[in-house]
Amino acid sequence: MEIKHTAIAGTLESSDIQIMLSKIEGPTEIELESAVEKQFGTQIRTLMRTILEQYGITNVKLKAVDKGALDCTIKARLITAIQRAIDKQNDPDWEVLG
Amino acid sequence: MLNNVQRELPDDLMKELRYQPFKTVEIGHPEIQRAAPKVTVDQGHAKLVSSIEAVIKKVGLKDGMTISFHHHFREGDYVFNAVMQILIDQGFKGLTLAPSSLTNVMNKMVVKAIKAGVVTHITSSGMRGELGDLVSHGGLENPVILRSHGNRARAIESGDIKIDVAFLGVPNSDEVGNANAIKGNAVFGSLGYALIDAQYADKVVLLTDTLMPYPNTPASIKQTQVDYVVKVDKVGDPEKIGSGATRFTKDPKELKIAEMVNAVITHSPYFKQGFSFQTGSGGAALAVTRYLRESMLKKSITASFALGGITKPTVDLLNEGLVGKILDVQDFDKGAADSMAITENQQEIDASWYADPNNKGAAVNQLDVCILSALEIDTKFNVNVMTGSDGVLRGAIGGHQDAANAKLTIISAPIVRGRIATVVDDVTTIVTPGDSIDVLVTELGIAINPKRKDLLKSLVNIPGVPVFTIEQLRQKAAKIVGQAAPLAFTDKPVALIEYRDGTLMDVVYQVKD
Repeated sequence: MEIKHTAIAGTLESSDIQIMLSKIEGPTEIELESAVEKQFGTQIRTLMRTILEQYGITNVKLKAVDKGALDCTIKARLITAIQRAIDKQNDPDWEVLG
Repeated sequence: MLNNVQRELPDDLMKELRYQPFKTVEIGHPEIQRAAPKVTVDQGHAKLVSSIEAVIKKVGLKDGMTISFHHHFREGDYVFNAVMQILIDQGFKGLTLAPSSLTNVMNKMVVKAIKAGVVTHITSSGMRGELGDLVSHGGLENPVILRSHGNRARAIESGDIKIDVAFLGVPNSDEVGNANAIKGNAVFGSLGYALIDAQYADKVVLLTDTLMPYPNTPASIKQTQVDYVVKVDKVGDPEKIGSGATRFTKDPKELKIAEMVNAVITHSPYFKQGFSFQTGSGGAALAVTRYLRESMLKKSITASFALGGITKPTVDLLNEGLVGKILDVQDFDKGAADSMAITENQQEIDASWYADPNNKGAAVNQLDVCILSALEIDTKFNVNVMTGSDGVLRGAIGGHQDAANAKLTIISAPIVRGRIATVVDDVTTIVTPGDSIDVLVTELGIAINPKRKDLLKSLVNIPGVPVFTIEQLRQKAAKIVGQAAPLAFTDKPVALIEYRDGTLMDVVYQVKD
């Protein structure tokens, strides 16, 4: 599934993450700038890919600025960004969320 | 070579720098031969010098010498940068920089001096910011030697640090060098760390913006120790010396930790009439002081003394009669600095009196309760206050190793900071050994060092203070943040962590990016 338009979720506050999704030609790209890159960079990218796959999102560029967010925060922000990008913010995909 | 906290130390470097591995926190009764400074005899009629350039000529500073500064002006220091800029301009090479510590306002200048080859060796209490970054990325050829405040006094006394010229900024002085830090434009209270330099450096230069009539008393630094006095425009910015008015934290997590720290203190056998404490600075520490005040009033208990870096809330306790005396090596805020001039029982102490292991008894040895912070603490209770979660130098030993000799040493720290666990399997860098640490307090509960079985009885049943093993606290932290990937380092040592007795505790390596 391709996203409909660019969408953003999250803030640049400490312990939060800001995620922007935009449409691109070609396979999914993740551009992560993280305060905990050395310790958790790989884990965060894996988590992001897993969530994108669960939603079946393709042809997307994910740009994220992470200020040390926990996994639960990253997941919540990414799901919000996806729902906004596919205009489903009022109609969440309960199966994925479950 | 493995030392007693299981850190592998590089044999060749140990041999080259003649280090013994860290063995024990017990100091014992060794016989020490102290070093003595070289004195250039003078009758004191022409000590006043008009410029820093002129005084550098007069003291005969040469390439390869050791120079020192103090950090009592904290982030408001003008003296360090003024002197260093001139040394860079004049093209000095290969100097050893031996300040009591390096604050952020000095970072840019030290980086510049390193890149210009002016500074090739550094010993300090710590380093942060872009300087820490540069050194951690291998920007200084020789490893930095990091010492606690007590250990710096020991090293200077024993000759491990031989200071050729000390450049000491003071808020006031007379023309022959009687100086204190309680009057003038940039008052900082106690001259504690600088007093050692004044006593042991071959050449002592005072820099001041306020000349007083002779004889200037009380004289913390004395005319007998001073070679030259330089009049400069401004020694420091009083607004940046301390944080100004100290505000209590409103962070519920910090308040919860502070409340539990207070519960641990008041339930311990040490909370009795005439006890003593050191709290340090920082949000949680200040909140502890507030809770402790309430407990002392409620139980009608007063303390005999408070020690260490002093803040306004501690001075308030003194004025309220809840603390008998303050032994003051350094003032963290304007309130504490200003009060030194008017408070008889706020006694200035030098770094040796405060914390030196190799004298005839330091104040830290009389201390009952001490609250310290930690960037990391491991399941052996070893504490790191030096390297950040990315392995880069970003802290200072300060009095950590020294004050940890209190009868009850409490580490207060949140269980995680952002995504970084505070309680871990092994700290990145050991600064203070677990043998000195008695209790860890986090917002989730406390862990008692199993070596302190005697504390168990008084601390296991405090209402609202759950007790865990430190391994359980580690697991709780890991459950919140996940398992961090190990940091990668090269094999190039960038900093050596000494224990307070001068043995080698740990080595910090260059980070791999």
